[in-house]
Amino acid sequence: MGEASLGFLNANQAAAEGAITAGLKFFAGYPITPASDLFEYLAKKLPKYGGVVVQSEDEIAAINAIIGASWAGAKAMTATSGPGFSLMAESIGFAAMTETPIVIIQNMRAGPSTGVATATGQGEVMQSRWVSHGHYGIVVLTPFSSQEAYDLTIKAFNIAERLRVPVVVLMDYVLVHTRERVVLKKPPEVEVLERKKPTKPPGEYRPYEPDPEDLVPPMANYGEGYAVLVESMAHDERGYYAPVDDVYERLVKRLVDKIEVNRHMVVESATYHTDDAEVLFVAFGSVARSVMSVVKEARMEGKKYGLFRPISLWPMDEKGLRKAAENAEQVIVVEMNYGQLVREVERIVRDKPVHLVPLLKLDLPTPEEIVEAARRWL
Amino acid sequence: MAVIRNIHPLDRFLRPERLPHMWCPGCGIGIALSAFLRAVNELEEEGRIDSRKIVFVTGIGCTARASGYVRFDAAHTPHGRAIPYAMGVKLANPDLIPVVFSGDGDIVGIGGNHFIHAARRNMDMLVIMVNNMIYALTGGQVAPTTPEKIYTTTTPWGNPERPFNAVTLAWIAGANYVARWSVTHPELLKNSIKKALLMEGFRFIEVLSICPEVYGRHIGFRSPVELYTHLRKVVKIRGKIRPLETEYDWERGITLGEFVVRDEPGFVRRLMEVVKGGKA
Amino acid sequence: MPARRFIVTVVADRCKECGICIALCPKNVLEKGNKLNWKGFHYTVPARPEQCIGCRLCEYNCPDFAIFVVEAEAAKGETVWARQA
Repeated sequence: MGEASLGFLNANQAAAEGAITAGLKFFAGYPITPASDLFEYLAKKLPKYGGVVVQSEDEIAAINAIIGASWAGAKAMTATSGPGFSLMAESIGFAAMTETPIVIIQNMRAGPSTGVATATGQGEVMQSRWVSHGHYGIVVLTPFSSQEAYDLTIKAFNIAERLRVPVVVLMDYVLVHTRERVVLKKPPEVEVLERKKPTKPPGEYRPYEPDPEDLVPPMANYGEGYAVLVESMAHDERGYYAPVDDVYERLVKRLVDKIEVNRHMVVESATYHTDDAEVLFVAFGSVARSVMSVVKEARMEGKKYGLFRPISLWPMDEKGLRKAAENAEQVIVVEMNYGQLVREVERIVRDKPVHLVPLLKLDLPTPEEIVEAARRWL
Repeated sequence: MAVIRNIHPLDRFLRPERLPHMWCPGCGIGIALSAFLRAVNELEEEGRIDSRKIVFVTGIGCTARASGYVRFDAAHTPHGRAIPYAMGVKLANPDLIPVVFSGDGDIVGIGGNHFIHAARRNMDMLVIMVNNMIYALTGGQVAPTTPEKIYTTTTPWGNPERPFNAVTLAWIAGANYVARWSVTHPELLKNSIKKALLMEGFRFIEVLSICPEVYGRHIGFRSPVELYTHLRKVVKIRGKIRPLETEYDWERGITLGEFVVRDEPGFVRRLMEVVKGGKA
Repeated sequence: MPARRFIVTVVADRCKECGICIALCPKNVLEKGNKLNWKGFHYTVPARPEQCIGCRLCEYNCPDFAIFVVEAEAAKGETVWARQA
């Protein structure tokens, strides 16, 4: 171990490789464009690493199967696109409520509804955070290259296992059809974390009793003699249904707060020429690549443009964004929907004008198209 | 604080601090659960099962609350999703023994698609469906198992739907073991569970139950004993008949018995075989 | 062969007064009690344990884990409480 290898991979393949490096042992999925080739890649490869890949009857079965598999001790994952993600909604809340480590790869395509299955989109900025009913914590990471698809999938497993939360890796149609060079780092070059095991014997162990420091309860797997109850109803530390104010409040707060407390593990962003940027672009995923070209060309012409790219979308690097916007006269959010990320940016950057450049296009916008769409502010 | 004592012989499989349970007086779910726990108890005493390997999975509904009362590894999953959850458990750790214990609405209503596909795959799990013929937890709406013409709160003029005969459904979808029993015959049920627990593949046991509070009131019975006594007249035990010959009719009768016993390889074994065959 | 004897135990705070055990007992061992448990149910009492033949129909058909039968040297009816102060 300790070596790395090179791959020429699209984001689906890179994410699959990242999952294998992270120790993936169970994958369930349902065919959907543009996530099927990740599924197919793993179907061929994962059994060689002692893992199981199964096709379920629908996405609802897939998400519940990976939740069950996670409690049986496996690192577990599924992959889908918008329509499948919507079907998984209820059970993503189940995973959050029961603090089950799972990873969901979500390859965005053009919605709503069936939309355009073979075109890109970014319509799930808000849905990825609020996909299920009720209030809970969730982590969403957004790669913008095959390399990041690899790295962030490993990070997604580390966060899921260590914080006992569902983690979404939000990719898009363009990324999963772009092959590029990926350095496949292996441990110890890359950190792979495992879930915390109980330190108390069965009988004393409580599956939802958090460590006071990180608010994350150690996790006993099925079959280890702990008689753990995975409870979808509001529950106390034993997992017993408890419809009383203080138990409910403590639970919901902790589901959210444990991500806040462990923000350092999660929050990540990238900046490009932001130190002196007078015009700050904000974009993520494949669109950020086009925006990067816009910034690059503008810089050659002496224009002080910069790019802030959230890598963790939920929660976002708020401090990083505020810092990047310090010298900006205006902030321009470029996204392939009709205005979602912009709401978050407006909330974080309060003292600057924030403009929306919504690009409802089916192909990745070119830098020229972005400049054209943003012309009135440039 | 009150001290809770283990008293009943099955208390070691229960969480006595949570008893009495939430089920209404005379509800048959407790009888079905008792039969299951006795089956596990006997198998463990006979050295044929390790109860720590059981994963007790339920969905949503009255029956599904059972997961909170048993001292096994357990899950109370979203409505209808117990079967795919159990599938994930089994495939991630084939040493575990998933048991789905849930209601008719959960298993053949909202979870119907998972049910037929798990049976088709011969997925290794035991599914015990407690059938009270009604959506009871939500107050008495029509279920896919409600007999025709019966009053429910969503069919106030009588049920126009035809019910599922879950036995034929499980059989035609490919289950290794299919039986139907009733809470009025708990020892036969227990014996069937003991047998099914030790088999591989998809095993399905339907348990006709009594819901005196909702179903019983709908059809005019005033007490649990009246409904229990009536159900005993409705059910007819038949030996050596095929699934297609079973009846599911509140007037003509509901057939009890063991209808399918097959020894086809379960999904886990099939999967291992193809993966090995492909030299993975 | 000497007659077999049984202890019939009712867990009073689990009983919900459904009456199934009383109706099914072939030997009239059980009857509805006069006292209430803390849930407000008249719990079953094992009034005539000496008539018990150990068929366990009450135990197997009790939905509440509230009654069981154990073979013993002398017949006895017991009412116990799971929850104790």
